Amino acid sequence: MHLTAILRVTGILLSTFSLTLLAPVAVALIYDENSTSQFGALFLLTGGVGCALWLAFRGGRELRSGDGFVVTVLFYLALALFGALPFMYDKTLNASFTDAIFESMSGLTTTGATVFTNLDSLPRSLLFYRQLLQWFGGMGIIVLAVAILPMLGVGGMQLYRAESPGPVKDNKLTPRIAGTAKALWVIYVSLTVSCAGAYYAFGMDAFDAICHAFSTVAIGGYSTHDLSLGYFNSTSIEITAMVFMVISAINFGLHFSVFRQKRPALYWSDPEARLFLCLMVAGSAIVVWVLTQNPAISDSPVMDGAFHFVSIATTTGFATVDYSAWPTGVLIVLLSATFAGGCAGSTAGGLKIIRVLLIYLQGVREVRTLVHPNGVFTVKLGLSPVPDRVIAAMWSFCAVYALSFFFLFILVGLISDLDFESAFSAVAACLNNVGPGLGSVIANYQALNDPTKWILAFAMLLGRLEIFTLLVLLTPTFWRR
Amino acid sequence: MRARGNPSHDRPKELNHATMNILILGAGQVGGTLAEHLASESIDVTLVDTDAARLQALRDRLDIQTVHGFAAHPDVLLRAGAEDAEMLIAVTSSDEVNMVACQVCYTQFRTPTKIARVRSASYMGLENFFSNDHMPIDVLINPERVVTDSIRLLLEHPGALQVLDFADGRVKLVAMRAYFGGPLVGRELRILREHMPNADTRVAAIFRRGKAIAPTGDTVIEADDEVFFIAATEHINTMMAELRRVERPFKRIAIAGGGHIGSHLAHQIESQFSTKIIEFNRSRCEVLASSLKLSVVLHGDATDRDLLIQENIDQCDAFCALTNDDEVNIMSSLMAKQLGVRQVIALIGKPAYVDLVQGGEIDIAISPQQATTSSILTHIRRADIARVHSLRRGAAEAMEAVAHGDRRSSKLVGRKLAEIALPVGASIGALVRGEEVIIAHDDVIVHAEDHVILFLADKSQVAAIEKLFQVGISFF
Repeated sequence: MHLTAILRVTGILLSTFSLTLLAPVAVALIYDENSTSQFGALFLLTGGVGCALWLAFRGGRELRSGDGFVVTVLFYLALALFGALPFMYDKTLNASFTDAIFESMSGLTTTGATVFTNLDSLPRSLLFYRQLLQWFGGMGIIVLAVAILPMLGVGGMQLYRAESPGPVKDNKLTPRIAGTAKALWVIYVSLTVSCAGAYYAFGMDAFDAICHAFSTVAIGGYSTHDLSLGYFNSTSIEITAMVFMVISAINFGLHFSVFRQKRPALYWSDPEARLFLCLMVAGSAIVVWVLTQNPAISDSPVMDGAFHFVSIATTTGFATVDYSAWPTGVLIVLLSATFAGGCAGSTAGGLKIIRVLLIYLQGVREVRTLVHPNGVFTVKLGLSPVPDRVIAAMWSFCAVYALSFFFLFILVGLISDLDFESAFSAVAACLNNVGPGLGSVIANYQALNDPTKWILAFAMLLGRLEIFTLLVLLTPTFWRR
Repeated sequence: MRARGNPSHDRPKELNHATMNILILGAGQVGGTLAEHLASESIDVTLVDTDAARLQALRDRLDIQTVHGFAAHPDVLLRAGAEDAEMLIAVTSSDEVNMVACQVCYTQFRTPTKIARVRSASYMGLENFFSNDHMPIDVLINPERVVTDSIRLLLEHPGALQVLDFADGRVKLVAMRAYFGGPLVGRELRILREHMPNADTRVAAIFRRGKAIAPTGDTVIEADDEVFFIAATEHINTMMAELRRVERPFKRIAIAGGGHIGSHLAHQIESQFSTKIIEFNRSRCEVLASSLKLSVVLHGDATDRDLLIQENIDQCDAFCALTNDDEVNIMSSLMAKQLGVRQVIALIGKPAYVDLVQGGEIDIAISPQQATTSSILTHIRRADIARVHSLRRGAAEAMEAVAHGDRRSSKLVGRKLAEIALPVGASIGALVRGEEVIIAHDDVIVHAEDHVILFLADKSQVAAIEKLFQVGISFF
């Protein structure tokens, strides 16, 4: 292991991250809150540690491709650790170490599960920081998913970007990772700006508009209010949120292609995006239909049903009403939808639509092979064939995903005192990076005991890093290489 | 295939010399057969190839000159006498070599006519690409497409022995066998008009026990006659129903062999028919499976009886054996027929085999070389001939020729069909004037630039037809 190079890179990333602590300082100054010194001190601490690592291990050899696993995981762990500090040292909140780590990990992985209550009473600088954490995490995920994980051979992107002329012509967005990252950053920022603008236009104040734009585009789900988006009680804001959640759950590589080729039709010709949009419409329709059958449950079944389906299925986790009393069928639909999640290469979690699509296509192939034992069939996405190696990798991913889910579920079941529904949904919501679960974790994870919170934080990281990135570090093979 | 643009009077004068110099690049199946054909028509042929042994074998057999070398290199072309060649036919296995060779001949040697085989669909559909300013090729040929098109037409018209397109598909010539049960069988031809008042058609020839009969109004069609008729495309099915009980349209097609022809055919028909394609080579199967959308690609031997049974070959309407191996094609077709396929079509290269199998168990034998040669021969003919098709294993011929000139210079233009002195065994089936299809009747008058579709029961009359369509001296 080439610790020096890895620590150096981690140092660079950490010092970059420390800059994000300056934004809350500005917010504190604007709203005249007394947290300026606190964020300033944390900025100096994080930046100092980062620079120290950077300088201490300056020079030396370059990073190698295998080191990417360690860097990626270490980066998330370091950020979760340093990102937790503001929660611990805030005087109003005074969070425990476990809670702070849980909250910070939930933010960075854009999960959106929270352990804090009385959000409305927290200082604005801290709320802003919390939203920023999600936004920053979302950005990291995009770059991670589109540029870095494929390099490591993990993740959804390499599934169909690997080669062959697909429906999306630009296999690699730009020749260099740095260029790709920059292009994605531009898309991400412009989406955030337009989302904030739309929120502002529909009646949020500037602070809320920016904060919610952060968590919408990052598909996180943090809000500055206990009532989440329900606080605003505005249909236009809910529709805006739905639109941007759907956009953000679509592959950013695809956004880039559409943007560059000026052809919106690409969204429809991309098999994954098309299936995703169809699922959004179909799922919302089912939920709305069930809700209209039970008029007592909801005042506006169409809006409530569609909003919550989109919010949960894209793995965002915003809420406008308390849906815990909705019919079990709806809750099962919502919970199942989180496993499919959004598109690969987006900020959404879950298995990713592309894998669901491939599982289906592989199933069709299996059936056809049974009918024609001598037949040769290939799985095709659009017009491009998917190599068998990719199909095999996809299968093992799904298998390990399911195994991890059940392993964590058993662990949570044993350690926590949650009921079945709550335990199941808590693990699902964290592994799929949704946030809110069902039962007693429908809005808040505060009541859980500490070990459970640690397990769930681990689940978030596991889901976010597409399992294998993290899992590979836990194997002796990797360290003996 | 691109139709030739220039009518005969624009043609370079060299073509009218007694002997013509033709340079053929590539001594493969097409190149070899072509050389044989042309050498027999007293044309000076030079053949270029990189395979010395293959050239030696051809030179031993044919009266041709051969040059060993890479066909696109200017020095090789110079050695092959490109300076004096009136026509270049580039039929090497590589599209790019063919194209570059044409380019070299155009810029270095000013070769008047350049014919090249270009297979890749990627080059087609480019606006203005194949012109003297860019890629100087006068005629593009694609033999696989010719064969595929003819098979597709056969599949679309069950019961036909041969279906030929003329005038961009507006007119078709169909060969079929008459059977008991057809309304016209056992009747005189003149009642055809009463049977089909709206569909005009002309019976061009009838072959009875291998002999041609010139059809008149009194001719009675007998069962087992081979009837050739010409009609506008939309009337083909009506006419076919007159000669035999209506065949139900084909639904399931099995193709043996996933080479150029097999895969091309599968691509063309897979949206129309439920298609299965059997290929021996595993990696070729993968390629086929990823490029075909609806067809079922099967890995295995086309002569494997168990495979055919397992894939319910008896449920197939047609079996097309299109591998590049004659023996495999014949054996698999025989097996498929025995297992209960309605119609089998086999691709057979060796002329000796064609005579052996045709008319027996194998319903239709198609010769790929013949298809190609006839499409190239079109451009060697002296008159303005748009299309030539071989019929009955090359014994008869169907032609589409363009009439030029006026009443003085031409033996055709301005005359009624009845007045035209046709060679023995030849008959005019139809005229195509612009978009209009006119079925030939005695009182129809030929106009200039009409496309005349003729039927020749005897191939040796081709020269007489050429003469008929040539414009007289007074025209110039």
